[in-house]
Amino acid sequence: MDIAPIFSALRRHRLATMLIAMEIALACAVLCNACFLIACRLQQMHIHSGVDETSLAQIKLDCEDCNEVDLNARVLSALRQVPGVQAVSVINAVPFGEHAGTAGISLDPAGLKHGGVVDFYAAGPGSFEALGLHLIAGPPPAADDYRGMAEFVPSDASVWVTRALATHLWQGADPLGKEFWMDKFHFRVAGVIEHLARPGGGEGGPDTREWSVYVPALPGKHLSGNYLLRAQPAELGRVLRDARAAAIKAAPEAVLDQQQSRTLPDLRSGYFAQDVAMTGILVGVIAALLLVTALGIVGLASFWVAQRRRQIGVRRALGATRGDILRYFQTENFLIVSMGVAIGMVLAYGLNIWLMLAYELPRLPVYYLPIGVAVLWLLGQLAVLAPAQRAAAVPPVVATRGE
Amino acid sequence: MFAYYMQLAFRGLRRNRVLTSLMILAIAVGIGASMTTLTVMHILSGDPLPGRSGQLFYPQVDADPDHKDSQDPLDMMDFHSAFDLWSAHRADRQALIGHADMRVTAPSANLPALKLLVLATTADFFPMFEVPFQYGHGWSAADDTARNRVVVISDDLNRKLFGGADSVGRILRLRGSDMTIIGVLKPWRPSPLFYSVAGGRYVDGDSSDFYSKPEDVMMPFSSGLDVAKNEFELFTCWHMPDLNAPQQDSPCAWVSLWVQLNDVAKVDAYRHFVADYAAQQMSLGRFNHAGNTRMRNLMQWLDFNHVVPSDVKLETWLAFSFLVICLFNTVGLLLVKFLHRGGEIGVRRALGATRSAVFVQCLAEASVIGLLGGFAGWLLTLLGLWIVRRQPAAYADLVHLDLSMFLTTFAAAIAATLIAGLLPAFRASRVAPALQLKTL
Repeated sequence: MDIAPIFSALRRHRLATMLIAMEIALACAVLCNACFLIACRLQQMHIHSGVDETSLAQIKLDCEDCNEVDLNARVLSALRQVPGVQAVSVINAVPFGEHAGTAGISLDPAGLKHGGVVDFYAAGPGSFEALGLHLIAGPPPAADDYRGMAEFVPSDASVWVTRALATHLWQGADPLGKEFWMDKFHFRVAGVIEHLARPGGGEGGPDTREWSVYVPALPGKHLSGNYLLRAQPAELGRVLRDARAAAIKAAPEAVLDQQQSRTLPDLRSGYFAQDVAMTGILVGVIAALLLVTALGIVGLASFWVAQRRRQIGVRRALGATRGDILRYFQTENFLIVSMGVAIGMVLAYGLNIWLMLAYELPRLPVYYLPIGVAVLWLLGQLAVLAPAQRAAAVPPVVATRGE
Repeated sequence: MFAYYMQLAFRGLRRNRVLTSLMILAIAVGIGASMTTLTVMHILSGDPLPGRSGQLFYPQVDADPDHKDSQDPLDMMDFHSAFDLWSAHRADRQALIGHADMRVTAPSANLPALKLLVLATTADFFPMFEVPFQYGHGWSAADDTARNRVVVISDDLNRKLFGGADSVGRILRLRGSDMTIIGVLKPWRPSPLFYSVAGGRYVDGDSSDFYSKPEDVMMPFSSGLDVAKNEFELFTCWHMPDLNAPQQDSPCAWVSLWVQLNDVAKVDAYRHFVADYAAQQMSLGRFNHAGNTRMRNLMQWLDFNHVVPSDVKLETWLAFSFLVICLFNTVGLLLVKFLHRGGEIGVRRALGATRSAVFVQCLAEASVIGLLGGFAGWLLTLLGLWIVRRQPAAYADLVHLDLSMFLTTFAAAIAATLIAGLLPAFRASRVAPALQLKTL
């Protein structure tokens, strides 16, 4: 099809053409970046916690003046009696729960070589297996690795670090046997875990999300009140309900933390609730954006069709088929949208650079641009279809009427 | 003449219904989205204490031995620094702030124990932050000194425990210690919870927790030390604290200090006082650097902590770029609408109407579209705010459309359409009469 006549027609409507092209350009820029924001959120929400989430639940008790040793014994035995419970252990925190052991570590005893801020999971016997942690180096903790603690972690302990933390601290060197310190506390790496997310977000953003250390520890005064339950995924909801009741009964002087005593899938969805809401808003904006752009195209195309009825009639009378007329408007729309997206791709990158500076977002991957372009082309064709069909339906006889 | 233009404008709306409703819809959606986010921004970035905030300051000294003078000091102070500054009473008013989780029961109400975050503060807190009382009053400086076991509770807790009755004189048990209620607050919801704001630079923009409700229980700092013992919330520690030694001596930051300074001279004097205090502590050997003091006022402190969540800012930018797209759309459609009437405009021009008359007439029509778009946009804003209120964010219950934002909605809609109408109206006013008449 010859596009020269279309160009000369568009030149006569320079302003309207430019406006609609600019609208499409802006829509393209916002569309690409909004989709990218959604993808980033979804990626964060799909973080691998490294534990068997669907089988796990947490029971958290707040107890100020309980006898801690006695409390652990009472609650552990009560929870073990709940039908369906496969394992119960004491732990200071769980992924997506409240953080309990966040501290800065150093790679030398003097504390001069900072290693970053990490989260310590101080956890009692049985917890390593119950969590379902996947080892990639070293043996699992043995019975004598579990040490008593007088502070929030044992003062000298063998620890299991995540691969992410090992890579950060020792850049590819074999982490087994390496040491690190936190103030006067000394740790030696006995094994490496594939994944274990820290309870909440890390200070350094997504890259630090897995800077976790598993420290075997014996329950006692400073490790009490927080319990990890394991059950069959299908039974977990019922087991947690029973376990909550059993815990209250076993420790009437304590307060059950309603928000934290949940299954891990519930804690996870609570943790990401804000991100889900934000994703919903972004999807809504994209939908409204596409709608408004489509309406703009429909409005303009309808007007042009009405304005050119006579010319269409003349073309029809001179032998143009309905298909010719239809294709004319479709090609015209394609050209306008193409102009728009050409500017839009530049704008999309500009917007992305600004987002990178203001919100520390990564660079927009190139493949978002062709997808955005394709979506807008498709949108344009859909929007112009009805007006173009109306144009194609103009009978040749219109040419003879003086309208 | 203006009334006549408006009449024409309304008549014009009916002439091309599809085009008109497309325009109104575009304006409404754009205005609805931007006013929703603007309202949230307006609420979240507002001044929590208008008129008073300029006199409130947040002094900071830095006891962390690993810090340098070039860094910002920790967001809170160690107990001794905060207590020394407070007890000097150099400001017009001053209040210490600390927090502890406590198990709370009311012996007279038969309800299960609650775990609540308790605010430990000093007598000036209530007058300084203009805290409204429903029953009773705050405690006095004498209560602080005498370590009296008194508490002030929120309206929420009073409803929960005592059904909203005047509970002054009743007993509240905190961590097993009996405390007498001496005051009940009116519903009070500062936005953000400014006196507890700290650590905003570490939360990665996820700052919606700064907008949570005030604590349900407030008690004198001195009796808080007796009751909570070592269980105060720590901001951070530079060495491992000894869990068995008094928390007051721990190498940790966990106390904040707010001061009220009524005039500029006092502000300068207090700044010197804080600097002198740090220098003195350095000469005593407690600090190893002294140049690291700060004293921001309330709004500066909120800015420093980036209290407005980055998601909300992002939503606002998104909404405004959306509005711009809607405006481009409207410019295009208005252009089409006005030029469609080239014949009519040609006749008017031929009959003697000036270009400016045509221009004004077109703008009148645009403003009518803006008004209708504003009305629909207002409905969409209400819908948008309803959606925001259902979000799982701490500020959700704060969000509502006040009168100023209601009026802004219409003003913004009309302004936006007028701006969008400028170019099309200009083009319409340039229509050459003769050319149009020929084609009639």
